Amino acid sequence: MIEKALTGSKKYWLWLAFLGTLIFIGFLCYLLQWKIGLGITGMSRDVSWGFYIANFTFLVGVAASAVMVVLPYYWHNYKDFGKITVLGEFLAISAVLMCMLFIFVDLGQPNRVLNVLRYPTPNSVFFFDACVLSGYLILNLLCGWTVLHAEYKGTKYPSWLKPFIYLAILWAPSIHIVTAFIYQGIPGRHFWLTAIMAPRFLASAFSAGPALIIILALLLKRVANFDAGQKAIQTLAKIVTYAFVLNLLFFFFEVFTAFYSGIHSHQAPIKYLFTGLKGHAEWVPFMWASYILAFIALILLVIPATRKNETTLAVACLSVFIAAWIDKGIGLITGGYTPTPFETITPYRPTLPEIGIAIGIWALGFFVLTILYKIALGVKEAKELRVKYQGVLIKK
Amino acid sequence: MAIKRRDLLKLGGLTLIGTAASAAVGGVYTKPQEALKGSRWALAIDVVKCKENRATCGLKCVEVCHSLHNVPSIPDKKKEIKWIWEEKFEHAFPEHEANHYLNEKLHDTPFLLLCNHCDNPPCVRVCPTKATFKREDGIVMMDYHRCIGCRFCMAACPYGARSFNWIDPRPFIAKVNPEYPSRMKGVVEKCTFCYERIAEGKIPACVEACPAKAIVFGDLKNPNDEINKILKERLAVRRKEELTTYPSVFYLIG
Amino acid sequence: MYNAGKVIVFIVVLIVFFTIPMWLNFGRVEAIPQPELPKDKAKCIESKEYMRAYHMKLLDDWRKQAIRENKHVYVAKDGEKYFINLQKTCMKCHNNKEKFCDSCHNFVVTHPDCWSCHIAPEVAEKWQ
Repeated sequence: MIEKALTGSKKYWLWLAFLGTLIFIGFLCYLLQWKIGLGITGMSRDVSWGFYIANFTFLVGVAASAVMVVLPYYWHNYKDFGKITVLGEFLAISAVLMCMLFIFVDLGQPNRVLNVLRYPTPNSVFFFDACVLSGYLILNLLCGWTVLHAEYKGTKYPSWLKPFIYLAILWAPSIHIVTAFIYQGIPGRHFWLTAIMAPRFLASAFSAGPALIIILALLLKRVANFDAGQKAIQTLAKIVTYAFVLNLLFFFFEVFTAFYSGIHSHQAPIKYLFTGLKGHAEWVPFMWASYILAFIALILLVIPATRKNETTLAVACLSVFIAAWIDKGIGLITGGYTPTPFETITPYRPTLPEIGIAIGIWALGFFVLTILYKIALGVKEAKELRVKYQGVLIKK
Repeated sequence: MAIKRRDLLKLGGLTLIGTAASAAVGGVYTKPQEALKGSRWALAIDVVKCKENRATCGLKCVEVCHSLHNVPSIPDKKKEIKWIWEEKFEHAFPEHEANHYLNEKLHDTPFLLLCNHCDNPPCVRVCPTKATFKREDGIVMMDYHRCIGCRFCMAACPYGARSFNWIDPRPFIAKVNPEYPSRMKGVVEKCTFCYERIAEGKIPACVEACPAKAIVFGDLKNPNDEINKILKERLAVRRKEELTTYPSVFYLIG
Repeated sequence: MYNAGKVIVFIVVLIVFFTIPMWLNFGRVEAIPQPELPKDKAKCIESKEYMRAYHMKLLDDWRKQAIRENKHVYVAKDGEKYFINLQKTCMKCHNNKEKFCDSCHNFVVTHPDCWSCHIAPEVAEKWQ
């Protein structure tokens, strides 16, 4: 099956070379960090998590969202998703891979990473997150690859796989719930200490993830001559719409609780993010950009005509994706650390090497994704050819 | 002589057991006799005395602690490392900031902040490797050998007591104490209540260093300990009491 | 086998690549290191043989016992008591890390990271 990734058009190789260059630049930046330490980032004593953990959090959501295409197909036998389930699973694989790398580059002592397994600590949410993430990676590799391989051989996937597929479906939300628990179980960080964190994470994941799948499916239609099917994309679009409306509602609930209760410490992070606080307004333009994009996306998604139009749908999905990335990534992290435990403000801005490393990891994720999708589409194309050929034979 | 497979396996097994056994035979470990014994070490910081002597004391507690433990002085505030430091009332107790009367009274009072060695420490709860853990005598310890530098503990600590080594700290240690280690880049550090001095029967360095004798060290679980008498007589507060972390550092404000 | 020629060449290249250290050091004889022992002390905390074979395990136990178990005293097999402290106990006698620790560690290419935190006597001396 891997041979499908070894032949491709010039564009395919150029794209891989482009990603390879970005990976290389990211790697060089990481070498710098390895040598000097996390001091090359913009993080500080007061804002001790930053861009890396922000991307990690967001990507866990993307990984979990694969369940939105896998569940309808396997549980409800929703046949229209047949062509894109593997796209979801492979997206999950590359997203989990990126998550793990983002955690890894965030460690101060990366060579000690296996201490997490050497000294298992069930009371730490980090320990659970490491477990569920690696479990999810293995499950998706197993399910995605086996199903595709069966297709490659022209058979149905083996029956022993069914329990693993169901397990993967149940597993998907768990990775994001556990990631939310990292934040919502911490005392003294007002922005994070909220029971709605996990549902909010799930809602934003189940909108941003499928939005990315739609974008990818529309792209593949252009560049790889692969049609996911009008119906599949429209169903996904509805999923994005509902999840995104929920996501915005959850945000409104947070704002309501903070401001109607009148509790100053709960308002402070929201004020810092959206209006600035005590003369600091580092992330205000980003947060407003996020919510303006969210508003645009909401309108485009709710109106049936614009949801059904591929161009406007693409714009909406891209907006959802970027809005969620800002909101749940950088907004969530800096909001949690601002104000500090001393009610002061220490601004955070990622540095160039920090961004370079992050871009490198994203590029690596898309590199893996490209190869996996190339294999998947190659297999599907061969199958279609085979079906056509058999049809001709029967007619004769 | 032909060795049978079974014999070879036996021999191999015996060698393994032998190696393991001889490795296991070493000395034994005990607690030093001179060590201070307590069930929950605590500090009571008399901020009234602190304020009275602040002009002349030269912040000896901070200086001695930091030089004894090879704490670097990094000029960049963002990368700074501190085990004990001075803070204004409104930063130490931000929840009382709105109370103008209290704020006015305590505005000029220095508050020494350090790890609270909480009885219910969130940092210990979140550490994925048990690199930070609570000892039986209540000290929240750091095992720098095990820390992976994930900084979950820094997110979890509501008191901002933890510092991370963003860079190699050594160039920033002007005068070194050859009897104590430094830290390396990539690990989290904080006050350890001078566990190494307690093992030698000495009280924490900050307590000893204070020229005004404004800091009292003692065992909360020992009813005869001086610290309990002081806490009963005086008006003592702890930081962020509402989070029920039960700090072991008390501030005597009246 | 398909492409037998290519496969065999590749296998040979791989074998050569992974055995580079062996080829580079082939036939090179290096003097067996002679770590400098403290002159005024007859014995270490345990026998020479024990220390030679198990010092790494002993040090590992020391740090675990002292830091994690709050047991700061090591009672050696002969009943002698030692305060557990790398800098204050071990390095009081072995007062030169370079001539003692490093001489063997460099020979066997082992680089334990003790000294990224702990301060060797000669380093402390130069510091001031």
